[in-house]
Amino acid sequence: MSVPEPLHRALGLTDSELDDIRQVLSREPNPLELALYGVMWSEHCSYKSSRLHLRRLPSKAPHVLVGPGEGAGVIDAGDGIGVAIRIESHNHPSAIEPYQGAATGVGGILRDVFSMGARPLAVMDPLFFGELDDARNRWLVEGVVSGISGYGNSVGVPTIGGELTFDQCYSANPLVNVLAVGALPTSRLALAVASGVGNFAVLLGSSTGRDGIGGVSVLASAGFAGDDGAASLDDAKRPSVQVGDPYEEKRLIEACLELLDLELVVGIQDLGGAGLICATCETAAKGGVGMDVNVDAVPQRELGMAPFEIMTSESQERMLAIVTPENFAAVKAVCDKWEIRANVVGHVVEPTEMPDGSRVGLLRVRHGFDGEVLAEVPASSLADDAPLYDRPRERPADLDALWGDDPTFDEPEGDLVKDLLDLVVDPAWVYRQYDSQLFLNTVVGPGRDAALLRLAGPGLPASQRGFAVSTDSNPRWCALDPRVGTALTVAEGVANLACVGATAKAVVNCLNFGNPEHPEVMWQLSESIDGMAEACEGLSLPVIGGNVSLYNESGGRDIDPTPVVGLLGVVDSLVAPPPGWDWREGDAVVLVGHREAVGETAFPLSGSRWATRRGRRGGRLAGFDAARLVSTFNFVTAEVAAVCAGADSDVTAVHDVSGGGLAAALAEMAAASSRGVHVARLEGRGELFAEFPGRFVMATSDAESFVARALDAGVPVTLLGTVGGDVVNLGGLLSVSVQEIARHRSQALEEALELI
Amino acid sequence: MTRIAIVVFPGSNCEYDAANAMEQLGASAELVFHSQDALGDVDGVILPGGFAHGDYLRPGALARFSPIMGAIADYAAQGGPVLGICNGFQVLTEAGLLPGALQKNRGLTFLCQPTTLVVASTRSVLTRAARVGAELVVPINHFSGAYTCDDATHASLLANDQVVLRYRDNPNGSRDDIAGVSNVAGNVVGLMPHPERAMSTLLGSADGRVLLESFVGLGVAAR
Repeated sequence: MSVPEPLHRALGLTDSELDDIRQVLSREPNPLELALYGVMWSEHCSYKSSRLHLRRLPSKAPHVLVGPGEGAGVIDAGDGIGVAIRIESHNHPSAIEPYQGAATGVGGILRDVFSMGARPLAVMDPLFFGELDDARNRWLVEGVVSGISGYGNSVGVPTIGGELTFDQCYSANPLVNVLAVGALPTSRLALAVASGVGNFAVLLGSSTGRDGIGGVSVLASAGFAGDDGAASLDDAKRPSVQVGDPYEEKRLIEACLELLDLELVVGIQDLGGAGLICATCETAAKGGVGMDVNVDAVPQRELGMAPFEIMTSESQERMLAIVTPENFAAVKAVCDKWEIRANVVGHVVEPTEMPDGSRVGLLRVRHGFDGEVLAEVPASSLADDAPLYDRPRERPADLDALWGDDPTFDEPEGDLVKDLLDLVVDPAWVYRQYDSQLFLNTVVGPGRDAALLRLAGPGLPASQRGFAVSTDSNPRWCALDPRVGTALTVAEGVANLACVGATAKAVVNCLNFGNPEHPEVMWQLSESIDGMAEACEGLSLPVIGGNVSLYNESGGRDIDPTPVVGLLGVVDSLVAPPPGWDWREGDAVVLVGHREAVGETAFPLSGSRWATRRGRRGGRLAGFDAARLVSTFNFVTAEVAAVCAGADSDVTAVHDVSGGGLAAALAEMAAASSRGVHVARLEGRGELFAEFPGRFVMATSDAESFVARALDAGVPVTLLGTVGGDVVNLGGLLSVSVQEIARHRSQALEEALELI
Repeated sequence: MTRIAIVVFPGSNCEYDAANAMEQLGASAELVFHSQDALGDVDGVILPGGFAHGDYLRPGALARFSPIMGAIADYAAQGGPVLGICNGFQVLTEAGLLPGALQKNRGLTFLCQPTTLVVASTRSVLTRAARVGAELVVPINHFSGAYTCDDATHASLLANDQVVLRYRDNPNGSRDDIAGVSNVAGNVVGLMPHPERAMSTLLGSADGRVLLESFVGLGVAAR
């Protein structure tokens, strides 16, 4: 028989963390207290490996109402409307149980948004899976997509886009990120603060069960152990996956927004990772007060639940509201109408005077409000005092070799038509399963450069504005150079917003990385954050929220660095749809922006999808040059925004050059419009497939006027060719029928999933 | 002013969109919670889309027991205009106010996409201002939208001109391409597509207007 593991280690705490806890308490913690620290000091809740680095991100701008650290970031969008945005990962739960993992990811992010007082208006889902020749990966794709569909559609929030990336490195550790946007009258802005001694802490929504015990520490903050990396072997972790109920969440949303509208709550916070302990200690710490929590008052789904289970359960669809005793009856009435529970589980209490004279808000877990004290710890020590780790960082030893293997010049030519066809895949099979139109706001839905929605919703002041959202990532770039790759990813997001006429206002990020105990991973994370900071400073963008997902590994292999960047933009006047991809017969096709990349190579194929498809993952990336990007972005944004505002324009189509390069952009536009294009001259296959942001394909019915406007704005343009015929002919390098592109594009995904 | 009651079940989610469409057409919309047992003085009733009571059992299976349903049945029996959109259609079939039933889509996935509808009858309150054979682009948004009925019901639907709208390209496996049906009198109509989502070219189509204009009584005299 083996020696049993010490309790603190079983709870995910290190020996030195145990010493820290002893120091905080000046005594030995009891087992319940250890369990509370175990979840609150987990990587997932405390960001202990990343916080030191995240501080380097710029987060301030005049229009930022709420920055990082709250449920969601909020910007002032004008007209008395605030827009809240948040992104999170639900990677590990989705690897184990794809439907519920993805579904509860949606539920969790929505609670973050409506806990700010915002009505959730849109969800986006960046998804990353292993290659589809593996049956288990196909099962994961179908499970995750149906989970998002099943929960999101039912809860009544449109899913307006996302991303779909396939790469071997995600095979046993898929990434399921979810971004949500909401809007609120700025007067309704709510914060997660407990105040007012004697006030009640009211638990709203679902009862508490044993689902998701230790989800943040056991599941989210450790890798998968199976030697072959197969998550299916980790059956023991399945009880840590929560189960979602969108109908409960829908009623919870309506009830909470009604409570906030009626000004019946002092503060409100969602219950997510680490459940009730997280919500109670964080609200108390922010308010500088103490809180007594009565575990017996928590409605329980099962008999015989231990206090640590009640305090750390991650049962879904629950919120914690701070309510004055006088208002409790009115709160209960609203909750009764929406058929949700409302139980007083805690009391806000005075801070306690310590022996050294300081006053500290204590979180006490009790049997009965006046009964036995089961745990007693400073609330802020749980919420804010987790250790900060400056973990060792080391540039990967194989990076120079990787940089040396540049496919740009030595990769054989091969079949360029086949390459192009393989690069244009329409993800419609995914987004057809999502309600993308609810609330009558969706002007540009899934499948385009960015989503564009009217800024309108129940309870919002009238406005003609629109908001745009895009999520972007490029693990191929970031594996080669996490700093430049991340900077270029931010630029890609801004370019996407420009295509729908939106000015970028804020960034959120979801940093998906491998095991932070590997120095190479910490180096990637640190570099990536530096690249994001550089890009955001260069493009004048605040980072108003984020999430870090570490330990994305399996069988000891880390995923490629995958920072996902969410961009939020605003269109000041949205009365007409922006130009789409569908150009018209006889239009001139213009490349807008600098034709050649920053750096030594004009058209680098390193990190491109084209090269990756051929198994070439090396080389150097194009450089990042904010100044030259800004003038191009501003020009495109202004041209498209004029169309949105209802102005006459010669611009008939616009598309950003991104994945698959110029060739893919032109092919997608041809497929969307069923019209071909003849491009006279291109600089070889490099120009066909190189990927670097800052280039747009635009079609115009008046080339002379369009080119004059671009030159006036100091933006370089290149006339590529003319729309017409039923063939895409790219500089004589490749020629393929529009019909062939369209057929391949629409069927590729379903064929790969073996559905047709 | 025309007054339209919009019935809100706890899991409805298209009630604001339906109200918005009514207001665009100059009607006033009143949200009526499902726990009420009277409709008040209204000129029409809409049961909007969503997931009435979560619909874990079967869409609309529980909604027919909500207190408001008795008042809706009485209102319909007196000839009052009643429109069920998507989940509202499912509820009306479960409540026996419309014939047939809605099954899971042929492909067993949720579908949110534009469809082209063909007007099959102008005898209903939803289509009285339209033209038979007119093609309308209106989106669908459902998992259980495949209309089904037995042969006798189908024959009587045809005999009584109760098929209101058909899909031009059947997306979900509905029997006889049926997208919407009415009762014999034509005052109760259900359809799976969402006309309230097709009110403006800004959002892709304004073809739903003619249907909802019919319902609120606009343009009827001109026909």
